[in-house]
Amino acid sequence: MLDLKEWRDSLQGRLRPGDRPSLTVGMSTCGQAAGGARVMAALEEEAGRLGLQVDINQTSCIGMCYAEPVVEVALPGKPRVFYGHVTPERVPVLIEKHVVQGEPVREWALVQVEDGTVPYDGIPVMGTSPYYGCQVRVVTSRLGLTDPESLDAYVATGGYEALEKVLRRMTPEEVIEEIKASGLRGRGGAGFPTGLKWSFTRQAPGDKKYVVCNADEGDPGAFMDRSVLEGDPFTVIEGMTIAAYAVGADEGYIYCRAEYPLAIKRLKTAIAAAEEKGLLGRDILGTGFNFELHIKAGAGAFVCGEETALLASIEGRRGMPRVRPPFPAQQGLWGKPTNINNVETYANVPFIIKNGGRWFAAMGTEKSKGTKVFCLTGKIKNTGLIEVPMGITLREIIFDIAGGIQDDKQFKAVQIGGPSGGCLPEDKLDLPVDYDSLTAAGAIMGSGGMVVMDENTCMVDVARFFLNFTQAESCGKCTPCREGTKRMLEILTRICEGEGRMEDLDTLEALARVVKNTALCGLGQTCPNPVLSTLHYFRHEYEAHIKDKRCPAHVCQALLVYTIDAEKCTGCGACARACPSGAISGEKKQPHRIDPALCIKCGSCMEKCKFGAISRL
Amino acid sequence: MADVTLTIDGKQITVPAGTTVLQAARDNGIFIPTLCHDEKLSPWGGCRLCVVEIEGMRGLPASCVTAVGEGMVVRTASPAVIEARKMMLELLLANHPRDCLTCSKSGACSLQDYAYYYGVRGDRFQGEKHDYPLEEDNPFIVRDMNKCILCGKCIRVCAEVQVNNVIDFAHRGFNTRVTPAMDLTLRESEECVFCGNCVQVCPVGALAEKASLWQGREWELDKVRTTCTFCGVGCNLEVSVKDDRVVRVRGYDNPLVNGGWLCVKGRFGADFADSPDRITRPLIRAGERGEGRFREATWDEALEFTARRLQEIKEQYGSRAVAALSSARCTNEENYLMQKFMRAVIGTNNVDHCART
Ligand SMILES: Cc1cc2nc3c(=O)[nH]c(=O)nc-3n(C[C@H](O)[C@H](O)[C@H](O)COP(=O)(O)O)c2cc1C
Ligand code: SF4
Ligand code: SF4
Ligand code: SF4
Ligand code: SF4
Ligand code: SF4
Ligand code: SF4
Ligand code: FES
Ligand code: FES
Repeated sequence: MLDLKEWRDSLQGRLRPGDRPSLTVGMSTCGQAAGGARVMAALEEEAGRLGLQVDINQTSCIGMCYAEPVVEVALPGKPRVFYGHVTPERVPVLIEKHVVQGEPVREWALVQVEDGTVPYDGIPVMGTSPYYGCQVRVVTSRLGLTDPESLDAYVATGGYEALEKVLRRMTPEEVIEEIKASGLRGRGGAGFPTGLKWSFTRQAPGDKKYVVCNADEGDPGAFMDRSVLEGDPFTVIEGMTIAAYAVGADEGYIYCRAEYPLAIKRLKTAIAAAEEKGLLGRDILGTGFNFELHIKAGAGAFVCGEETALLASIEGRRGMPRVRPPFPAQQGLWGKPTNINNVETYANVPFIIKNGGRWFAAMGTEKSKGTKVFCLTGKIKNTGLIEVPMGITLREIIFDIAGGIQDDKQFKAVQIGGPSGGCLPEDKLDLPVDYDSLTAAGAIMGSGGMVVMDENTCMVDVARFFLNFTQAESCGKCTPCREGTKRMLEILTRICEGEGRMEDLDTLEALARVVKNTALCGLGQTCPNPVLSTLHYFRHEYEAHIKDKRCPAHVCQALLVYTIDAEKCTGCGACARACPSGAISGEKKQPHRIDPALCIKCGSCMEKCKFGAISRL
Repeated sequence: MADVTLTIDGKQITVPAGTTVLQAARDNGIFIPTLCHDEKLSPWGGCRLCVVEIEGMRGLPASCVTAVGEGMVVRTASPAVIEARKMMLELLLANHPRDCLTCSKSGACSLQDYAYYYGVRGDRFQGEKHDYPLEEDNPFIVRDMNKCILCGKCIRVCAEVQVNNVIDFAHRGFNTRVTPAMDLTLRESEECVFCGNCVQVCPVGALAEKASLWQGREWELDKVRTTCTFCGVGCNLEVSVKDDRVVRVRGYDNPLVNGGWLCVKGRFGADFADSPDRITRPLIRAGERGEGRFREATWDEALEFTARRLQEIKEQYGSRAVAALSSARCTNEENYLMQKFMRAVIGTNNVDHCART
């Protein structure tokens, strides 16, 4: 029988042999997209050329996606230093300076993890760096720091302690009580208390039960779940195994979108490794507990993230939601009681069991406990993956962690919760990030997408963007969502094109209200949120489009007007040569003019004019 | 099951637990419009026309898929409910041909009826409308997907009653449509048996019997209840007649026999009724065999003639010279009698049946 403790002890020191430098490349989707594989090849080549005895490994996304490819260099007994924006061209310098001469390249270094060693001076330490200082890394604690495909690495860093504790020393009821005590709420969007959900499945009558992991992650711009799956697949598997034990299931599915091939590959590797060691499958750890885990690749419909549609899709039917009740806990997969949770929800479970529900409940606010992973995107300086304690303010996230707005422009709004969420303006920046505050303000926690917008963003256009997404992703089952989103989109498009009428705003509001109140599933019930929140906080922008035929952010093409200031124009003719539609005319050395009827609003003239004579209204 | 007491529109109502709010209301004479609901099919909850207000529940739940609860307080005609229903009808009509002048369904169309009831003209939204070609490549059913309101009843009847699974929803959002796999037509799918049960459940004019088009308007038709003559099942029919001609056949909902459903023969085979080739009197051959000359006879004469000839053949050539072929159009009892007659009276086992393969 597998003795986990013995195994863990035997791994100490073996994982990071203290006598050799190691070079580790971030090879998650973000790292690979930024050229991580080329950097890895360059490292291997350079180390080979110099005949260096080094270990070259891969890891996952450490969260600083803006800085990928990220490479970690660690010398024996020295802190681990993380470099950003590493290119194959920089590799020789990096190896020469850091590995050969033992001096880190400070200007390229992002952070260091000291792990009990003496930190280098001049490089921020992870715990106190601007990016990581406000963060609390629980479910992302291994990300970027361990090899996600190595079960050894997982076990060495405390993996499977929780499962062992559960199987050997806890009853299923005790496990559920511990989760209830932690206050963990579902991270998939709605924030339903996880312990309570488990108890429903536990209590549902039936011999056969399932656990399902929702890894569909369809929100545009969201990649929290992908990062966790790519960076620490074992935590999710361990969490699901614990859930299966707690609810009385012996079979599970991970529903992962097919657009996440790396996550699927790492999950498969992890499942095979866990099965081989008897940590998954039959008679786990010799306790007689069985749990078989499958992966189901979804074809990437947003609506398949809705739990009943997801279950239909696993069963091989069209992914269309159905009315609840019955809830999956009563009638789920193939009619059997089924517990369904999000990736991040399951990933939290081993940490809660290991450290106790009280430890978890000590983080966060009264009703929102623990941490939350967010994807920061949009017009901020540092885009990436962060994990913060619940209750942190939006301002801290956007201005401290993300470093504020790009090019120091003006902040306009932050969109939280993806297509189901809302846009919050400047005066909501001190709102604590928790389920209830966000909902009250007209956004939602959602799964953790956070898009920051600056002064150059048109809020009508933003509403139109999200509506365009939801109307295309509506499953078509219910009238309000299928037809209502289409008409809302048409109205928004009209407004953006300068064809809007003031009555349109009333119609939009009425439509949004009815769709929200009558749609069958969460997609339709929440898709009016981007419209309602922008109408609420940015109504003046809508009115400017309609009444003044003007887009204040200069985004809506149809409403732009390019004019040449005769005072400033020198008559150089650069604009006329740049204009693709021959809209500019004028004598040499005389002020030029733009014919609005011919102008297609491409902006080329404005870029070309050296005298700032052309302006956009 | 235990009973549940609830209040609908101020009226106290007691119904068995598990009843839907819709059923409870209807059983008590309270009107709630529905488009996608059919009590003979599985619950769906898609059209959202049946929404009501229930105290303590978020939004406006669909009454056809909401079970009654003890002490529930339901309002079926509050301003929010009426606003939502009108909006639903506006939305459906915004993408609808509004072709009632010549539509075969006019007069029996749920969409038309509800639009009238709620005073919805369908002109609140101007935008894109579908422009699908008419599907009329088979002899029985015409599909006009421009009129389809995506209630899904045809899909459910095909899957749950006919158990044929020919059609389903395809595509997403505004482009969602009902179609056989790969966007084929019913005919191309080679799966459809043209039972026409989908046509019968369609609440609008999206599905129509081809042979009935332009043959009479709903209010001109007399409905006659009868029994199908094609086979021993004896499905009950509701035959629509205009000027003494059969215009359309639908199932009559007799739960003891066919529960309202029919097969292709009963539904679409009625054209024999006024065929000039139809034999309506007994005929006795007048000329030589193969010459095709017959004369009309009375039943008495024909039966007497047949009995006499059977007897003569049996006496002259023995009973094995006689054989009988009976028909699937007869009932079991009739088929039983036929073989009994052959064995006991004629004295032969030479019996067979058209349905034996
Ligand atoms: C349109 C729609 C999309 C959804 N997409 C996801 C998703 O991608 N991932 C997810 O975990 N939950 C998603 N959900 C929420 C799930 O239905 C479900 O509530 C969740 O998986 C439950 O897990 P939790 O309790 O751990 O949050 C979606 C819901 C809706 C209505
Ligand atoms: S709300 Fe939209 S996605 Fe949900 S069931 Fe209705 S049509 Fe489908
Ligand atoms: S915006 Fe483009 S099309 Fe218009 S005048 Fe300038 S260059 Fe020409
Ligand atoms: S289906 Fe109904 S509403 Fe539509 S055109 Fe025909 S009768 Fe009119
Ligand atoms: S005619 Fe019958 S088999 Fe064909 S699609 Fe309709 S219900 Fe299905
Ligand atoms: S064809 Fe008729 S029954 Fe089928 S979905 Fe459309 S409206 Fe409903
Ligand atoms: S032929 Fe078809 S419709 Fe007629 S009785 Fe038989 S099964 Fe019923
Ligand atoms: S009748 Fe209830 S939703 Fe259609
Ligand atoms: S009765 Fe028609 S073939 Fe037998």
